[in-house]
Amino acid sequence: MTRVHDLAVVGGGVHGATAALFCARGGMDVALLDRGPLCREASGVNAGTLTMQMTRVALIPYALRAHAMWASASEWLGHDVGVVVCDGLSLAFTEQEAEILTYRAGKRREAGAPIRIVDGREAKRIEPGLSDEVLIAGHCEVDGYANAYLTGLAYRRALIEAGVALHENRAVEGVDQGDGGFTLRTAQGPLRARRILLAGGVWIEPMLAWLGVDLPIKTLINQLAVTERVAPVMQTVIGVASGLLSLKQYPHGTVVIGGGWQAVGDRERGGVELLPERLVGNVRLACHAVPALGHARLARAWAGLEAETRDALPAAGPVPGVNEAYVCGSVHSGYTSGPYIARLLADRILGREPDLPLFPIDRLLAPDPSEGTAP
Amino acid sequence: MKSDLIVLGGGPAGGNAALAAAAAGLSVVLFDEQPAAGGQVWRAPWAGKADPHDSPERREGDALRDALASSPVDLRFGRRVWSVGRAFRVDALGPDGNEWVEAPRLIAATGAHERVVPFPGWTLPGVIGLAAATVLLKSHAARPAGPVVVAGCGPLLAAVAAGILKAGGDVAAVVDLASARDWLVAVPHLASRPSLLAQGLGWTLKIAGRGVPVLFRHAVRRVEGAERAERVVIAPVDETGAFTGGSERSFEIGSLVVGHGLVPGGEVPRLFRAKTRFDRLRGGHVPELDADGRTSIAGLYAAGDGVGIKGAAAAVLNGTLAGLAAARDAGRLSESEWRKRAEPARTAAAGLAPFSDAIAGLMALRAGQVASVPAETVVCRCEDVTRGEIEAAAVAGATEVNQLKHFTRCGMGPCQGRMCGETAAEILARSLGVEREAVGQWTARPPLRPVPLADLLGRFDYSDIPIPKPAPL
Repeated sequence: MTRVHDLAVVGGGVHGATAALFCARGGMDVALLDRGPLCREASGVNAGTLTMQMTRVALIPYALRAHAMWASASEWLGHDVGVVVCDGLSLAFTEQEAEILTYRAGKRREAGAPIRIVDGREAKRIEPGLSDEVLIAGHCEVDGYANAYLTGLAYRRALIEAGVALHENRAVEGVDQGDGGFTLRTAQGPLRARRILLAGGVWIEPMLAWLGVDLPIKTLINQLAVTERVAPVMQTVIGVASGLLSLKQYPHGTVVIGGGWQAVGDRERGGVELLPERLVGNVRLACHAVPALGHARLARAWAGLEAETRDALPAAGPVPGVNEAYVCGSVHSGYTSGPYIARLLADRILGREPDLPLFPIDRLLAPDPSEGTAP
Repeated sequence: MKSDLIVLGGGPAGGNAALAAAAAGLSVVLFDEQPAAGGQVWRAPWAGKADPHDSPERREGDALRDALASSPVDLRFGRRVWSVGRAFRVDALGPDGNEWVEAPRLIAATGAHERVVPFPGWTLPGVIGLAAATVLLKSHAARPAGPVVVAGCGPLLAAVAAGILKAGGDVAAVVDLASARDWLVAVPHLASRPSLLAQGLGWTLKIAGRGVPVLFRHAVRRVEGAERAERVVIAPVDETGAFTGGSERSFEIGSLVVGHGLVPGGEVPRLFRAKTRFDRLRGGHVPELDADGRTSIAGLYAAGDGVGIKGAAAAVLNGTLAGLAAARDAGRLSESEWRKRAEPARTAAAGLAPFSDAIAGLMALRAGQVASVPAETVVCRCEDVTRGEIEAAAVAGATEVNQLKHFTRCGMGPCQGRMCGETAAEILARSLGVEREAVGQWTARPPLRPVPLADLLGRFDYSDIPIPKPAPL
């Protein structure tokens, strides 16, 4: 007789893997499928920043809890993702940026993020590597980073220990509904499950189409760069008021430079081409913040995909009109908040009441209230 | 700036591609990292370091340098190309900072990397590559500190040993993975290029004339020394390159010069995701090309050892063919004119095949070489990843090379896997019990070579940085 899983998760990034892990620990028979190895897209190639200062205000309560999860990953995940908790600084170099920073930090503080505004001198005391050009900075002690490329290895071990049936390199081609469940079509044969969770990052749009649901997802193509190993030049996570810089030095000496400068690409082809002038712009911003970085050599640059809904808030909840189908993804700063939001959804799938509200997609399937009526 | 064609690499392939395209009327920009054309094989001596000795390679290199100097090709030497974008745009760091050129066509002639299969002690100071030794000899008129043991495989062994002797150095031994019989089998094919055969015999006689021991079917077991290489221990191997358990010999050394063939440097086609295939004889992954060097990407051509190890003579011809193809595709050569110019190169290239196959065969990786790397030996020297750690990653679930990189940092350092990539991939494949092809190829990313951030920055004001609008709050 064909095995029928309690839950099939499609997409092995942080969202899918976390939900699969907690559902398995909650007693479900879970299968996890990915067209490639685990965490080889956004969850494995992002900048690893775990910060409140780039997180959307509405997500701050989630991000704070997720940060605590990352900081204790060795306990609940059981494996090391290289998490370092340290101070974070968001910088303003001009009066206009100082105004933006003060406003934004205030909103985030109201939502619970412990951000305080400090002057340039105090910022430099916290981060001696800073340039003298800083006017003011947002300082937050709840900050830090993970080693994103270790995510797949850590989750892989945890999922196997939790008894999840792991199907890497098994692409789902479509989903049929019926007989009280779902049949996932793959080149290696069908796989059956009573419930399905679609957690495919930027690919949740085509995944939801399998169920007849049309949810437009915008694909961001974020450029990143890393230097070779260098002697310590900084000890905090650094961003800027506009959010377009993320900068940190790992314990092994490399410095990762990100901030969401856009490359060329799309969902179908991935990051096709980095734009040299934007790479230079990103590097200029980084070296303007930490001048000693100029002595390092650029070792590698790449692009990672990020999903964004119409309102830039997550798609996390049941799929309307399809019994026992769920979606999880498109979380802004999703690497920071992902584990907590996926755990909330796992609670919902397990029939428990989540501690904080989910982000059902019904709002995104209705006509966009911000758009006028077509003539 | 815009031109009709960009050529990356000024060696035998790139230099001749540029000349052929320019002769057909294309405006051509040629980039190379070195101060003069010639590539590795026809490398020019540095200013003030003139090698007093004449050689066929020197003469061929001078001829190419003269031809380029009197051609209309826009020569950009001393440039470090770091970004190659679609359509095509090349960014390079030069004496005046970053510069870029756009062209609808691009020929990648970026040559090969040296392969050194690791052994204990290979990262000690005093151990250098065979190709690195040719740079010392040709460009700097300098030689490695003696006594020198020259080890590995392929024609560079004899060339480097003879070069060191000619420069007044002391060669303690030549240690060749191949047997004398391997060479004899290859000689009839080598005979298709009598001039090179004579050159090779000259090298051999020079070694023999000095009474330098040549140890066939031997390989380096380990290098010993506290702070630097002091002693090399060699031992006999079988035809796969695996140690037979026969008795070891050791030599006190100042330097060990060692190399195990070449790996095609196909980063540019890989960057564009051109179709590639694995070709063990030619040293690794090579782009799929038509007879004229067109890749699967429109407007992108490739030539020289970067498309598979064939040697300089073949590079001249397939470089010429790629240059002519670019001119024809640009509509600057009629069918008949193109045929007239391309036919001789095509015919000559076909005639070279037995020779280049024989040379490539002597340099190809042998299965037993990788099997002999001890578990605790570092394979990725940028990130200190050992063979044992690569095997542990396979056990932990890594099934292809880029996942191996995530698990271990292997290939993540400044060399981006150029040094270790092929060896690491072979170890991963063996651990998984699959063919080399099954573990994939390393994704190529910019920069093509490491570049200092300070050089990329140029002079700028903060207000010059185009800050896009902030992300939503």
